[in-house]
Amino acid sequence: MATETWYEITVKVLKKHKVDLVTYVPDNVLRPLIELIHADPYFTAFACAREEEAVGITAGAWMGGRRGIVLMQTSGFATLPNTLASLSVPFQIPTLMMVSERGTMGEFNIGQQMVARTMRPVLDTLMIEAHTMTRLDEMEFILDRSMIQAWATQIPCCYILSPLLTGGKVFAA
Amino acid sequence: MALNVNQPLKREQAKVMSRFDLISRMVAKIPDEDAVVGGIGWTNFDLWAVKRRPRNFYMLGSMGLAVPIGMGVALAQPDIHVFALEGDGSLLMQLGCMATVAARKQTNLTVVIMDNGAYQITGGQRALSDEGADLVAIARGCGLEQAYWAADEDAFEEMIALAHKEPGPRLIGCRIDKEKPRETTERDPPILKDRFMRALGVKQG
Ligand SMILES: Cc1ncc(C[n+]2csc(CCOP(=O)(O)OP(=O)(O)O)c2C)c(N)n1
Repeated sequence: MATETWYEITVKVLKKHKVDLVTYVPDNVLRPLIELIHADPYFTAFACAREEEAVGITAGAWMGGRRGIVLMQTSGFATLPNTLASLSVPFQIPTLMMVSERGTMGEFNIGQQMVARTMRPVLDTLMIEAHTMTRLDEMEFILDRSMIQAWATQIPCCYILSPLLTGGKVFAA
Repeated sequence: MALNVNQPLKREQAKVMSRFDLISRMVAKIPDEDAVVGGIGWTNFDLWAVKRRPRNFYMLGSMGLAVPIGMGVALAQPDIHVFALEGDGSLLMQLGCMATVAARKQTNLTVVIMDNGAYQITGGQRALSDEGADLVAIARGCGLEQAYWAADEDAFEEMIALAHKEPGPRLIGCRIDKEKPRETTERDPPILKDRFMRALGVKQG
């Protein structure tokens, strides 16, 4: 049996936990996941103009009884500290985020690299549960357990997709 | 929908009204099941002052997110109507959200803009809405075709009532004066959220 890809595992766990609303600002590495989600009528999925908006929509949906997740790249996460610190965290809304980690392991763009370095300090400062996912065999466990924890604790959760897991974006040397 | 005289397309054609009065009229008009999201700024405070309405959600920060939060509630609760109340300064920070609402054809969402041409809560500094940025015209440019200024109070009430008659999304621009709000919203986020979720029946016990 062929092994499941990271994006197939993600879709499986989202369905298991009835997360059917997906908002995002696109990223190249996330492309197969976004395509898979759009192809599946289970999901309501759409791109937003900004990541803040994508978080606002899933926060409203959560309060209304519907589960969602926000997909973005590291640069997108860098636009979010204000929203996380004034909406998700103080209101105890378990915002789920999946961030494709750019700016590391083969990046060519110093802008991406610097921005990426701001992500973990922000997550730590806001006491947001964060997991860097590097291995296919651990992925389902991390996604599954952390979602359960997010609902239970009402603390947001951020899944960081390492290039070790996704292959990242490959640039010519 | 036919364009009528009570729904002008230009900001200058709209009467300058009172925020407290407009919100009072809105709250009196809509069913208890409907949800209202109050953005930051003085709009939020007057929403609180008008009535402790259980299905109101009050933001405390995250400037510009009343419309996205309202859209999220609308996506989760397709059987009720959701009103997102936002200040002009706040909306100017997150203009893209109107394109998202329009593209998704969020039929059960009405955006109400309280446009005083200023950032009142931070000291009344002039906002771009007072320098030629017409938020109704911008909404239309985003594809939100049912966007109009409320000519006066009666027109405002008519437009609020439309929410339950014709599918949205819809945006109502209201020109308002610079009057201070009557009260200040309680600043206890988990409780504000909890009340809202229980009122919606999402949380029980
Ligand atoms: C990102 C961000 N920038 C600036 C502020 C400071 N701030 C709080 S409310 C506000 C003005 C809100 O203006 P508007 O939405 O027009 O409402 P009004 O006070 O006029 O009712 C500003 C600038 C903030 N809270 N967040």
